[in-house]
Amino acid sequence: MLRYILRRLLQAIPVFFGTTFLLYFMVFSMPGDPILAMFGDRTPNEALYNQLVAQYNLDQPFVVQYLLYMKDLFTGNLGVTFSGRSVNEVFADAFPVTLMLVTMAVIFEFILAAGLGLISGLRAGKFSDQLNLVVALVLNSIPAFVAMFFAQYFIALGLGWAPVTVGANATWSTMWLPALTIALTLYVVGMRLMRGSVIEARSADYVRTAYAKGLTSKRVVPVHVARNSLIPVVTNTAASFGALIAGTTVTEGIFNIPGIGKVLYDAIIGGEGPTIVSFVTILTIMYIIVNILVDLLYAVLDPRIRYV
Amino acid sequence: MSDKNPHYVAPHEELDEVQIDQVKLSDRKSTLWLDAWRDLRRRPLFYVALAIVILITLMALFPTWFTDVMPRDAELAKSNMPPEPGHPLGFTRQGEDIWSRIVYGASTSLSVGLITVAITAVLGIPMGAIAGFFGGWVDSLLSRIGDIFFSLPYFLAAVVVMTVLSDYRNVWVISLAIGGFAWATLARIVRAEVLQVKQQEYVQASTSLGRSRMSTLINHVLPNSITPAIAYLTLALGAAIVAEATLSFLGIGLPNTIMSWGNDISQASITVRTAPMPLIYPSLALIITVLAFTILGELVRDALDPKARARR
Repeated sequence: MLRYILRRLLQAIPVFFGTTFLLYFMVFSMPGDPILAMFGDRTPNEALYNQLVAQYNLDQPFVVQYLLYMKDLFTGNLGVTFSGRSVNEVFADAFPVTLMLVTMAVIFEFILAAGLGLISGLRAGKFSDQLNLVVALVLNSIPAFVAMFFAQYFIALGLGWAPVTVGANATWSTMWLPALTIALTLYVVGMRLMRGSVIEARSADYVRTAYAKGLTSKRVVPVHVARNSLIPVVTNTAASFGALIAGTTVTEGIFNIPGIGKVLYDAIIGGEGPTIVSFVTILTIMYIIVNILVDLLYAVLDPRIRYV
Repeated sequence: MSDKNPHYVAPHEELDEVQIDQVKLSDRKSTLWLDAWRDLRRRPLFYVALAIVILITLMALFPTWFTDVMPRDAELAKSNMPPEPGHPLGFTRQGEDIWSRIVYGASTSLSVGLITVAITAVLGIPMGAIAGFFGGWVDSLLSRIGDIFFSLPYFLAAVVVMTVLSDYRNVWVISLAIGGFAWATLARIVRAEVLQVKQQEYVQASTSLGRSRMSTLINHVLPNSITPAIAYLTLALGAAIVAEATLSFLGIGLPNTIMSWGNDISQASITVRTAPMPLIYPSLALIITVLAFTILGELVRDALDPKARARR
């Protein structure tokens, strides 16, 4: 196990340098002036231009630029946003909000996937199973930003069950609607995994034994069928945790939730190129870290798999 | 020799070999593809999904079949007005006909989807096939490159590309920005399949008969390991359409001069609280299109997987 953890961590090192290099390469070796490109239609004034040249060491050769950029990344010196606050400060404020939103979304996703997957698996082939799958597929086909608008318009504005926008007051009670909307567009994969393993478990020997020794399905289903089927759902939910940490831009933008996604959303809308680059880098690194943790979780949860 | 010739072996009709004679070359061949096709034809959802895809394709190719109204004809007096004769879905904030804009926007969504999928396939299939087939250091190198792209959330990468290339926002660049980072998943799928296929006897036979390794890969291994890739690409087409719409919605996708459902949703989102319809209609077009490709991809995947077919 320890060897597996070490190997997994070692594997992450080239990936870490590869992704950061790729991002850096895309920004700073495109044809034309990278700083002008980051500003799109606008032109930065001379002072800002010079400051960015200094910050990204653009007077140096490319490889030196990248190495200096990595040094800045490791020492936590990621520059400032256009409003003058340091990237670190903005990140420290925004991250807990995103973490809360994503945690809530993932809990909803897990409940939906496990619950509906169990029902579908127990009634495989019946009408309720088919309906379950179709509904999940339809929900899955709704693009996140459309789903957010629909939730906002119909549930928050129409029914008044939740605040229309979250604003500074980001708590569990104000963010349940965006979290649930995320979960509804995502649960299909987990539900199918659950359904598949429930179908498999139903015909497994240990379940037959449990029935044979006289247990009723009231005890067999939760203890023998459901519990053994949960492992793939847990790992799938954990994987979507990583994807969500990096992918709440649209959700937070539409519901005005002051998390990292909202910072990125504002930077995109406002054309703040340097801020976009900094935050995409941070989000990518977090995505890599969460994925390592998911892999380790998988190794811990499933004792049948031997890692060498 | 007498006429009553005693049989020392079983008569021909009783031998197993007789079955060989009974095979008619004119009989229907049963290949993976034919089986899959027969399987698909038995499923009603397949026809629904296919009909939607054909409809969208016709809209993209011949928009004038579906509407006489020009999508850019703007009458500000009709801003956000409800439907009237000749304008079945009403008007946008700029007073343009919503139905006409949906019809003309189909070609953008479809071409971004197709170009992205083509780029994904051109990058992903060779990378996965070569890595899986040649193994060794080639595999290690290509797989590590794949890992890097796999670890970069492709939407975020596309955001960076579209930000930096803000002067060149068009259908090709946005497809490259999405497809250029989405291929790693496909490469993994193809590699896993090639690893299995290359153990087969016909692959050994091909190399021992003197075909070059590359020729064996292209003529024998690839055709037999392509099916999961096809199912994945159908699903990826829907995902690419969503990615384009999302980038356009954020204002870093296609410029407003290009008709796109994402742009229309973005424009309508400003007045969503007072006039939701200009947002809801293009959203429905987007959802229906993505759903059609998702269902098609799912059914094709099931049909091409003999194990899944046996389970049903």
